Amino acid sequence: MLDFPRWKIWAVTLTLIVGVWYAIPSLLPERMAQQLPPWLGPQISLGLDLAGGSHLLLEAETGGVARQRLENMEDIVRREMRSARIEIGELSTSDNRLSFLVRNPAQVQEALTLVRAQSQPAGLTGQPDWDVRVADGNRISMTQTGAGLSAAVDQAMDVARDVIDRRINALGTLEPTIIRQGSSRIVVQVPGLQDPEALKALIGRTARLEFKLVDLTATPEQLQSGRAPVGSQILPYPEGGATGRIAVQRRAIITGDQIADAQQGFDQTSGAPVVTIRFDGTGSRRFARVTQENVGRPFAIILDNIVLSAPNIREPILGGAAEIEGSFTVETANALAISLRSGRLPVDLTVVEERTVGPDLGKESIQKGAIAMAIGSLLVLIFMIATYGRFGIYADIAILLNVALILGIMAIMNATLTLPGLAGFILTVGAAVDANVIINERIREEQRRGRNVMQAVEHGYKEAQSAIFDANVTNVIAGALLFYFGSGPVRGFAVVLMIGIVTSVFTAVTVTRMFVSIWLRKRPKELVI
Amino acid sequence: MRLLKLVPDNTNIDFLRWRTIAFAISTLLIAASIAVLAVKGLNYGVDFAGGQMVRVTFQQPPQLEDLRQRISGLGHGEASVQEFGSPREISIRMPLPEGGEEGANRAASDMRRALTQAYPGVRVDAVETVSGKVSEELVWAGGLALLLAMVGVTIYIWFRFEWQFGVGALFSLFHDVTITLGFFALTQMEFDLNVVAALLTLIGYSLNDTIVIYDRIRENLRKYRKMEIGSLINLSVNETLSRTIATNFAMLLALGSLFFLGPDVIFSFTAALLISVIIGTYSTAYIAAPWLIWLKVTSDSFLPKDPVSRAERGPRNENYDGAKV
Repeated sequence: MLDFPRWKIWAVTLTLIVGVWYAIPSLLPERMAQQLPPWLGPQISLGLDLAGGSHLLLEAETGGVARQRLENMEDIVRREMRSARIEIGELSTSDNRLSFLVRNPAQVQEALTLVRAQSQPAGLTGQPDWDVRVADGNRISMTQTGAGLSAAVDQAMDVARDVIDRRINALGTLEPTIIRQGSSRIVVQVPGLQDPEALKALIGRTARLEFKLVDLTATPEQLQSGRAPVGSQILPYPEGGATGRIAVQRRAIITGDQIADAQQGFDQTSGAPVVTIRFDGTGSRRFARVTQENVGRPFAIILDNIVLSAPNIREPILGGAAEIEGSFTVETANALAISLRSGRLPVDLTVVEERTVGPDLGKESIQKGAIAMAIGSLLVLIFMIATYGRFGIYADIAILLNVALILGIMAIMNATLTLPGLAGFILTVGAAVDANVIINERIREEQRRGRNVMQAVEHGYKEAQSAIFDANVTNVIAGALLFYFGSGPVRGFAVVLMIGIVTSVFTAVTVTRMFVSIWLRKRPKELVI
Repeated sequence: MRLLKLVPDNTNIDFLRWRTIAFAISTLLIAASIAVLAVKGLNYGVDFAGGQMVRVTFQQPPQLEDLRQRISGLGHGEASVQEFGSPREISIRMPLPEGGEEGANRAASDMRRALTQAYPGVRVDAVETVSGKVSEELVWAGGLALLLAMVGVTIYIWFRFEWQFGVGALFSLFHDVTITLGFFALTQMEFDLNVVAALLTLIGYSLNDTIVIYDRIRENLRKYRKMEIGSLINLSVNETLSRTIATNFAMLLALGSLFFLGPDVIFSFTAALLISVIIGTYSTAYIAAPWLIWLKVTSDSFLPKDPVSRAERGPRNENYDGAKV
């Protein structure tokens, strides 16, 4: 017991000082903590369930990515074959496959080479992203491989994350956390936000803007049945006429990718809120050319596959700017402008989970919880002193240091304290109390067996160790498994549990032993425990 | 200075005398819990059932039935309305709205509007919407993590002690978790992710208790090689009794103040923890320990593992001082 060398005392003390140092900001009330100099380290961050705010889980509709890739490939194949003067026919797409017929059997090989060149290694797997095959001698089919698709989804999700980031930042002062989760999900957390509906409207919108010429050849029957003429498609047009549908050409004049800027504004004649957009260089030129060729004909402004309006081209639009009308309010127009500026989402996202806690509720919870915990802790501390006297005081100091260490380590690791985390906290403080109880009860026992102070203490610590060790290792195993296999809240619990187990063993065994060994140097004759 | 002693020195209570009765009671409780779980089921919160939960604070306590009808009248499905802590704080549960995300938004904003119109000064504290898919995953992930944690811990105990101890610990965990779940099914208290966190705490806590007693049994098995296993377990439980009482008393002090003074958000959580402390203490003495008798643990299991084969030296080494390991 006496062999607690000086260097060890220093090492323990230093560890404690560092831990407590980083815990200081978290132990102070928020107002004081904000005035602290930054070198004191950050305050521990509270989860949204405690601090209030909005948590959104978005899931991507990955089928859209596959469709989009198929459409792009269709365009590429048509273009490549046209420029190589290979006549093709019966081009069709279904599920994950694109297939077409090469009219002249002599050109099959050439077509195949061109098509194969389009297939690239997918991601890091090295597998091709398209599987190209020939059937019946002259039918070429291209199938998206799983690797290609998941690489494309992965890329799309990265872009989606950035787009969401830009959109939320455009709202200003929020401090969002936006992270990808799994293969097709994104978590958005915005502290302090009470009404997330505006936010959801903003980030949930794909914002795929397209300008397409209206196909005037479509008959009312075709509109009704939804079967479009060749090269056209039928889209919903909520504000247009009896059918509520309109036929437009498949090929877009211009897309949202060619937008240089979008702003909310007001229509000069009606004064209604509108979104004004400016095209970039190529966009402007293209728009000017198409409007010149189609004066007198209508074009459709399409947002996320819904036609907003279909104005007539009265004169060529050369300035590279356009105005989007729709039944906007200032807010919705502004939201659309932000969405257009930040680019379209490469995938459709839907909110599959939403949790919003009002800041007042969070604050009340914390206040009540803090008071309850303070009283509970005080009772425990008093109980320990009443039961174990001097050693109870040592235990109490160890327990308080344990709390400080957990907070300090969490602050250093930038971990978030949530409600389930608080449960882990209670459990580990309980474990620290228990370790002290085990040691002290054992010392009592050894004293009853007639050992003197020195021997009783020595045996008490020694014999208690295996129980404390096994109990804590089992909890670490449980914590690690929970962290690995659990999700959100379960993980929050596991993190605190694992940190807490380490600190509670350290404080309950090592730190108290240090106090005891310093006391034992005075060679006490009697120990009341 | 006289120190507090909750348990007198050198107790000699014959705990195991009642082990058959205790076991019968436990078996009954487990059977009853499973039955209640099968019949009534758990009152899943939105986390596990999917749907929408809105928590509201009113200026004056509203008429619950009136409120329920008003919200059900919005046409987004039947609402279930419940007091949450105080009569002014109400939680409103709605089934998963139709029409996906937009449906959920509409339901939430309709409700907000209807509430502010009918009850001026109302404050919406929290909104939770969980889709069916996510809630299913949460059930799976939570259940799997729990199960694996239990199995992993059992394996560790098997290695550190003996297989009988592993089985005993696993069974006592099963006992604690099942009865706590049964309690939730019986009271129909809301079962959400926070309760799962409480269950995890229960597992950790119950294990802690079990291992402390097992450790003492292991020690005594090494020390008193000829003692009959029943008396040996009794002795071990008695020796650790003061520790059991002291630790659990401290835990009850902390949890009791959280239960009575803490925020309503963690009410079901602290309730679960309080129950688990009581069940955990009981199961350690009456479930985890007696299993060792049934599984026939002997001191042979803890012979020192020397390179010299046991057979040569014989199974008993009377000179061996088990206290020094």
